[in-house]
Amino acid sequence: MSARDRILAKLKAAPLLPKAEPDVAAWFAGHRPVESNDQKVERFRRCIELAHAEVHAVTPANWLAKLREVLASKQIDRLLVAEGTPHGAAALDTLPVQGVECSTYDMPIEAWKTEMFTATPASLTAARAAIAETGTLILWPDADEPRLMSLVPPVHIVLLDRTRLYNTFFEAMQTEGWKDGLPTNSLLVSGPSKTADIQQTLAYGAHGPKELVVLLLGDEQ
Amino acid sequence: MSKPRTITPKPSDIYFFATCVVDQFFPGAGMDAITLLENQGIRVHFPEEQTCCGQPAYTSGFPDEARKVAALQLTLFPQDWPVVVPSGSCAGMMKHHYPTLFADDPVRKAQAEALSGRIYELTDFLVNVLDFKPEDHGQDCTVVLHTSCSARREMGVHLTGRKLIGDLAKVTLAQQDHESECCGFGGTFSVKQPEISAAMVEDKLKSLKATGAERVVSADCGCLMNILGHAAWKDKQEGRATPSLPGEHIASFLLRRTAQ
Amino acid sequence: MNAQPIHFKPTEGFRARSKAVVDNPFLRQSFRGAMDFLMSKRAAQFPDSEELESLRLLGEQIRQYNLGKLPELLVRLEENLTRNGVQVHWAETPDEANAIILGICQKHSAKLMVKGKSMVSEEIELNHAAEAAGIGALESDMGEYIVQLAHEKPSHIIMPAIHKTKEEIARLFAENVPGVEYTDNVDALIQIGRNVLRQKFLEADIGLSGVNFAVAETGTLCLVENEGNGRMCTTAPPVHIAITGIEKIVEKLEHVPPLLSLLTRSATGQNISTYFNMISSPRKPGEKDGPAEVHLVLLDNGRSQAYADEQLRKTLQCIRCGACMNHCPVYTRIGGHAYGTTYPGPIGKIISPHMLGLDATANMATASSLCGACGEVCPVRIPIPELLIRLREESASAPHANPSMRGQGAGHDGLTSAIWRAWAAVYSSPALYRTVSWLGSRLRGLTPRRQAGWTSVRTPIQPAPKRLRDMIKERN
Repeated sequence: MSARDRILAKLKAAPLLPKAEPDVAAWFAGHRPVESNDQKVERFRRCIELAHAEVHAVTPANWLAKLREVLASKQIDRLLVAEGTPHGAAALDTLPVQGVECSTYDMPIEAWKTEMFTATPASLTAARAAIAETGTLILWPDADEPRLMSLVPPVHIVLLDRTRLYNTFFEAMQTEGWKDGLPTNSLLVSGPSKTADIQQTLAYGAHGPKELVVLLLGDEQ
Repeated sequence: MSKPRTITPKPSDIYFFATCVVDQFFPGAGMDAITLLENQGIRVHFPEEQTCCGQPAYTSGFPDEARKVAALQLTLFPQDWPVVVPSGSCAGMMKHHYPTLFADDPVRKAQAEALSGRIYELTDFLVNVLDFKPEDHGQDCTVVLHTSCSARREMGVHLTGRKLIGDLAKVTLAQQDHESECCGFGGTFSVKQPEISAAMVEDKLKSLKATGAERVVSADCGCLMNILGHAAWKDKQEGRATPSLPGEHIASFLLRRTAQ
Repeated sequence: MNAQPIHFKPTEGFRARSKAVVDNPFLRQSFRGAMDFLMSKRAAQFPDSEELESLRLLGEQIRQYNLGKLPELLVRLEENLTRNGVQVHWAETPDEANAIILGICQKHSAKLMVKGKSMVSEEIELNHAAEAAGIGALESDMGEYIVQLAHEKPSHIIMPAIHKTKEEIARLFAENVPGVEYTDNVDALIQIGRNVLRQKFLEADIGLSGVNFAVAETGTLCLVENEGNGRMCTTAPPVHIAITGIEKIVEKLEHVPPLLSLLTRSATGQNISTYFNMISSPRKPGEKDGPAEVHLVLLDNGRSQAYADEQLRKTLQCIRCGACMNHCPVYTRIGGHAYGTTYPGPIGKIISPHMLGLDATANMATASSLCGACGEVCPVRIPIPELLIRLREESASAPHANPSMRGQGAGHDGLTSAIWRAWAAVYSSPALYRTVSWLGSRLRGLTPRRQAGWTSVRTPIQPAPKRLRDMIKERN
């Protein structure tokens, strides 16, 4: 008998003690407010700023200028972008002529892992959506914006459409039907990397980004 | 956590379950509790066959022995009167553990469940059944209250002792740090793990003393035996002739404060 | 590579180890401060007790519902993970789990494994096994990294280096990390760790992680963390191996949000962790990063024993938040190492006997005053004090056939049992009790001055001159 069969046999020999399925939806309906988009934006911003992220409200017209300003304020002259995305393409069109060198994630990581780890000071990705309750970005890395893009560069800049806010994590997964299919990797990100492992003292930039910048994109400022 | 109970009509008769600790080691506290209850116009019945709730054996992993002792107590309260217990820990045993202790004995289980509904911790009974509002005839004083873990977490009655003391006009209730933390008694724990238990009672005594209170009161004699035993030991070690932190059961304190 | 941590110490030395900590005022103060901090952080996350209690109830229901279908869910999880391209392995014992993991390493000729925080990997002593096989196993969670540098074990399941001061860590880094000078600036220390470990993430052949929740319906492994090392371990190396206990499973994705909320708020007082990482497959064609292989090792190691008994099964509800130890007055006095087991504190006391046997852990259940603080804060309402009493019973009872636990009866001794039988005989007989308690009060002058354990810091217990029943008689 394999370990699998032995383990399953032991478990199956035990009484099942079936329990009624809990009503998760009812709990959220009873305990979490459903807010207007402005309220959600407000809550999202408050929470993620408390977690040490930097948030800027931007418009389709000025987001690139704000991006350049953010980079300049951090003395960053090199940005990793995704050329296959509209925002990546827009950055590629605009930033290099303004003195910000843009690199792209155009080959598998094996071909440039050292460069990614040692010479990529910042990256720009989009967020799929966000969660107001906890100030959380939802990222679904893909072929255009791979997983390490939001992890390795010390500064991670995220473009978020302000109309893409959910009240809760539960609402996000239910509305988007996540149970019917999840990508290779999906992420909730609620601030820059941090640790309190040394004497309960909070320090940012443990292993992931030291800084997280959210560009909150809307029609008005 | 128990919800505030509705105040039932004031009963004319109650049973008093003293606990073995009160009977043998703190009889004064038991007597004072009885007097306090009688002063509220209640007839207090003390079934003489009572011994112990069975908790020491139960928590030590000897359920058969606990059951044997508990079975005796089940027979002692035939009338449908409340059973008042001057200890959160023993009350918790009778209220919450008797029904599971007799899970395999339908007759006794039914008795245990019926009894469970009639068990009251003393301060809970005073506040929530009798609506007792003590009238203070004492001098200004500051006390600190220690609530047992069973009273707090099992019986959910940690607010009633505080309310009773709060009702005393001339008594200030001192605030201690780590109020909800265990004093380190834990029955056989204090003997099986004496080092850890000692560290806990040391810290508890320090917290209580740091308040500057004149005395400590508690509704559980197990905790008092531990805390006061350590306080007396320390006084002796440090050559003090008078107790640096005297203490007593809340029943004794309330009785004295309300005496005309 | 540094030498690997020592093997777990046997639990026999528990009293001596706890005494050593209790007698150290500096450590006492340091644990007290750390636990106060974690308790206040948690309390701040739950200002509304109704919300807290209803969420705990929901958490308990979710865990019990899923445990009620455990065999079926494990099979579904395996099916869905396999469909997604994740390779699933089963291990009944720590040795089997190590063999599986090292087998994968050897297949890839791996030299370096970077590890995200995984208590299950501690449970199987993977670092030790890897070292014996010539494979470097490097902890990458900052706390775990510190503890590994010091050749120690984690003393807390969430805050592994909670027993260390920044000055100790500063010395540790200065002595062990090439080119580093002494600094006790926490930011600087974290940057040192970051720089060392980044190089290792880049070089590593294998990334190892634990799992917080495994979702059966989607075939997804969920990881909770703040540092990003878990994401590094599961993304940067070409192979990712996850290891988890068989109980960490939920049927549905919708079961995750309540448990995640309970976990992060109870553990560190955060409304959510920085990262929640959901992994459903290895790298797909066209994707540019992520491991080419993902493995999941499902470990039993005594969990099926707890599962077999209705009451003991509640042990498996645990989501490993550590709130029970943060609120435990015993843990606060002695810290995690005194326990000598992978999982310290209240959860350690109730889970370790299933992993190691009651014979090896018999005295753990006695190290509790049954104050109930653990059960009160447990986010999934595990009745820890009740389970401790059950373990005391399993240990104290005479060995019998078909015990529900390995090592049942290990703490049995004839004298103790005889004493309790005598006690029960006295206290179940009104007449005997009357006589014995009367003798006690009459002979109170003969009360021993020294009473085992008790009188080390207390005056002796002495019966009162008159019993309550005597006083009542006199009054009437």
